[in-house]
Amino acid sequence: MEPKRIAPPLTDEDVMNLKAGDNVLISGVIYTARDAAHKRLVELLEKGEEWPVDLKGQLIYYVGPAPAKPGEVIGSAGPTTSGRMDSYTPAVLEYGVKGVIGKGARNEATRKAFQDYKAVYLAAIGGAGALLAKVIKEAEIVAYEELGPEAIRRLVVEDFPATVVNVAHGNDLYEEGRKQYALD
Amino acid sequence: MREVDVKLIADAVADLSKEANYFLGDDVDDALKQGLEQEESPVGKEVMNQLLENVRIARDEEVAICQDTGTAVLFVELGQEVRLVGGDFNEAINEGVRRGYDEGYLRKSIVKDPLERVNTGDNTPAVVHTEVMPGDKIKIILAPKGGGAENMSALKMLTPAQGVKGLVDFVVDTVSRAGPNPCPPIVVGVGFGGTFEKVAYLAKKALMRPLDQPNPNPFYADLEKEMLEKINKLGIGPQGFGGRSTALGVNIETYPCHIASMPAAVNINCHASRHAEKVI
Ligand code: SF4
Repeated sequence: MEPKRIAPPLTDEDVMNLKAGDNVLISGVIYTARDAAHKRLVELLEKGEEWPVDLKGQLIYYVGPAPAKPGEVIGSAGPTTSGRMDSYTPAVLEYGVKGVIGKGARNEATRKAFQDYKAVYLAAIGGAGALLAKVIKEAEIVAYEELGPEAIRRLVVEDFPATVVNVAHGNDLYEEGRKQYALD
Repeated sequence: MREVDVKLIADAVADLSKEANYFLGDDVDDALKQGLEQEESPVGKEVMNQLLENVRIARDEEVAICQDTGTAVLFVELGQEVRLVGGDFNEAINEGVRRGYDEGYLRKSIVKDPLERVNTGDNTPAVVHTEVMPGDKIKIILAPKGGGAENMSALKMLTPAQGVKGLVDFVVDTVSRAGPNPCPPIVVGVGFGGTFEKVAYLAKKALMRPLDQPNPNPFYADLEKEMLEKINKLGIGPQGFGGRSTALGVNIETYPCHIASMPAAVNINCHASRHAEKVI
């Protein structure tokens, strides 16, 4: 099956065109944030304050990249485990982020939030950081530099490969894939 | 007594930090290739191909296999006829980690306090396990341990009455609950016996044994195979997208234990099952 191409910012319609199991290629700008940045962003929402970067319609990539070697854009940059962001994700989607990229299962409440806010959860290949670094063409810290690997970065990617796990329709690729291949 | 300058230890640790993070062991590489051959799921096959390609890029370009270059976990076997000179042994190890992670463009992933969570900035301190052994050599194993797989690990104080079934169920359940999170296909380290803290140590130590080297005790070698078969029936598959290759191997390490106890621990490692060693 040919991969679907997506380019953020995403609309409701872009999201509704996706279904669990689809392979996608992302091109354009995506933003990184993991545990520490999420904590700060959600605290800002609770206080009703602005985010340091406008992420409405954007995709957040859960990654803490390795440092770039001289002459390189970025070091290894594969996804981190998404479940740790579960407690923040519904608020982040309510704010207007249209999708997140990570690896691993999401809890019930988060999966429901992808439906409620018409957003998508994409999995990138965990542990393929050297490979994924190849499709990242630009990287720049845009907020929370003091967090080191956990800072918010603006990445420009070209044909970044990912797979749809959860989307507005409510299916879950992990559950379905596992059921299909489980024996006895 | 053989005198060894701790500077040699720092140098070895710096080299090992890079080596372990750039070059995946042949045993794991072979297991990935075998997993690819046996994989039934088309998506699973595609994932395995990409993982092998990732390993190749990391090796050729000398970059980290995975961005999570881990906690530096060290197993040091210190010969009792060695006299260490020139400084503090533990500081030498941390100096090696500091230098290796800096020179190697490896990620710094350690926070100073579990609650305050401020990054120490140089990936220190390392976690060091030292055992004193006969002889005049120092063997150092460095294993960068990623957080994703570490977080899915578990420990249980089983009772003797639960027997081998209790152990097998605990191991398979732990892998089942981990699902897609620890970047399958995984490597499973099992500690069995000892005490509460010893069993966790054994589980991590089990991950240091090459995948093509079964437990020397035939009973536990068979149990390793049995557990692997059960795990690969779960259907989790590469990256959890469904498929046959959920684990590449199960290694069990055992130790005698108390008449009342039967501790078991499962330390999960991802396909980026990294370790490198050097003898001084
Ligand atoms: S679990 Fe392993 S392969 Fe996956 S992100 Fe963590 S260190 Fe990398």
